[in-house]
Amino acid sequence: MKLLNKSLIYLSVSLFFIIGVWSVVFYFNLLSEIKESVDERLDNYKRQILATAHKDPDILNKNNFDDGFFVIREITQSQAFAIRDTYWDTAVMMQDADDDEPELEPVRMLITAFENDGKYYELRIINSMVEEDDLVEELFAEALILYFVLMTLIILINNLVLKRLWQPFYTFLAQLKSYRIGKSFPQVETNTQEFNDLQKAVSILLQHNVETFEQQKQFIGNASHELQTPLAIATNKLELLIEKGNLQPEQAESIAEVMHIVERLVRLNKSLLLLTKIENQQFLDNKTVSLNEVVKQNLSDLEQFAEYKNVKITVSEKAELTAYMDVSLANVVVSNLLRNAIFHNGENGQVNIEISENAIIISNTGSKTPINPQKLFSRFHKTQNDSNGTGLGLAIVKAVCDLYEFPILYRFQSDWHSFELRIK
Amino acid sequence: MFEKKSIPNFFPNSIVTFVGMKILIVEDEKELLETLVASLNKEHFVIETASDFHSASEKMALYDYDCILLDIMLPHGSGLDLLQQLKQDGKTANVIIISAKDSLDDKLTGLEWGADDYLTKPFHIAELNARIKAVIRRNKLDGKNTIEMANVVLDMNDRTFFVNQQNVPLNRKEFDILNYFMLNKNRLVTKTALAEHVWGDNTDQADNYDFIYYQIKNLRKKLIEAQAEIEIEAVYGIGYKLIET
Repeated sequence: MKLLNKSLIYLSVSLFFIIGVWSVVFYFNLLSEIKESVDERLDNYKRQILATAHKDPDILNKNNFDDGFFVIREITQSQAFAIRDTYWDTAVMMQDADDDEPELEPVRMLITAFENDGKYYELRIINSMVEEDDLVEELFAEALILYFVLMTLIILINNLVLKRLWQPFYTFLAQLKSYRIGKSFPQVETNTQEFNDLQKAVSILLQHNVETFEQQKQFIGNASHELQTPLAIATNKLELLIEKGNLQPEQAESIAEVMHIVERLVRLNKSLLLLTKIENQQFLDNKTVSLNEVVKQNLSDLEQFAEYKNVKITVSEKAELTAYMDVSLANVVVSNLLRNAIFHNGENGQVNIEISENAIIISNTGSKTPINPQKLFSRFHKTQNDSNGTGLGLAIVKAVCDLYEFPILYRFQSDWHSFELRIK
Repeated sequence: MFEKKSIPNFFPNSIVTFVGMKILIVEDEKELLETLVASLNKEHFVIETASDFHSASEKMALYDYDCILLDIMLPHGSGLDLLQQLKQDGKTANVIIISAKDSLDDKLTGLEWGADDYLTKPFHIAELNARIKAVIRRNKLDGKNTIEMANVVLDMNDRTFFVNQQNVPLNRKEFDILNYFMLNKNRLVTKTALAEHVWGDNTDQADNYDFIYYQIKNLRKKLIEAQAEIEIEAVYGIGYKLIET
């Protein structure tokens, strides 16, 4: 989830509660404010009534609310003294202008007592009140409107302002995603301190990684180079030893074993050197190479192997395919793929080579189970029945393809393994 | 230590005789130098050695060689400078660079500056032998380019093979195998060296010993049928040797 949306969710939830609580508090404050003002008015009525009663004792006989807002009832002195001014929330049957028939309306009632010409009366005055449920409804609606208006505004502001604020971050991120070793570091112009700090931290991290990577690469290259001469001495001394003759059969056998091991070392070392060279981009003698020709040349070297293994090779050239690349690397890729297809094949196997306008597809029969495509191109990955290979052949193919950004795909379909090399 | 040996000159059938060819080996790794000398002595070459820049430079200025094996990384200087010096002095020696680096730059520069071949360490003795003979042969021969041995003749220009003046048809690879053996007459040719030379450099995945055995078997059959007086002899299951019968 985007940071923008996440912050919106937090904001919307907390605003919901803030506005909710605020509405409740506001409601009670409003209500008490209303009551206060109503009570004040009731108090005023009381004084008016008392004044009127003095001049016009008729009203003292008014004993129901039907045609007025107060009732007066005579009481005893002791009753009168017992009454304190009290305000009540109650309801009275009455018909408002907007009502069809009388209904209970909430009212505020003042109960008080007074004395007039030696007699004691109880006075009840009512004043209509706001209907609380109406008030709640109204307030609820208002609060909701406020909430949605606020949210809309916040989303707008978020989108406009925050997006602009975060823009350098997203640009930086996009650059970081497409960053590959050897390219220039991600760089964004911004005056936001956090983003500048982030850039600095990432640059330092990348710098460090690049240095480590370079050292590793150099180490592998140097180590392989340094191994060349000792391997040459070992190979040649063993060859001379065999040539000298006079060996017992078991001695010869031991020497043969050592020779095989040295040969394996030599192959491994050569492959590592080749990988290092590819990764260091030391091959840059790029030319337009006809891959049809490269395939044909390599097949002529391999046809006897294939014949010997009883592997049938068919080539279908649908188009002339050229690639702009180093000739020796083109040979390395094609030869490794072809060897792979021939040597990992069974008795009476088949290899199909299809050259189209923009791709070579090399398919072969062989093992009935697919190879894990993730591991296939990784270094030193070997299948179980292959102890002689270096496990670097396909890693080299992949390295060349990566260098030229040619996609290489592996598929397993109805017992055929196929490698598709696409040329851009 | 590596003074001139007395040379038995006894290869009457060879048109190009390599016996007595003067070879200078410039290599700073003592062990490798010794092995190279031991191996090339068997070919009856006259061998001199130099293990640093200055002694190599001196020898190259004073004497003429048929072939110089030149390491590029030397104490006190680069083999490439020696190569340049050699060409400036107007010497015609064939130069084969032997280097641990098969870096494209060195190779190109070396060949541009007049080296005749470039061999990356580690190499097989048989391969070095073949290369030395190939470069010397290239310069010694005018037109004709054949190797003769016993009653057989291998014509490298026409890629034909004769036994008792009778043409024996060989396929391309069989010719290459025989050619390699004839350049390494009486010497061990390991199966790996043969596979690399004949079927290309990258023998990464080839479990190819059986395959090579099969190819040799076919070639032997042809030699016997043609009554050639040469034979490919197995050497301890490691390789083969071409001998006269």
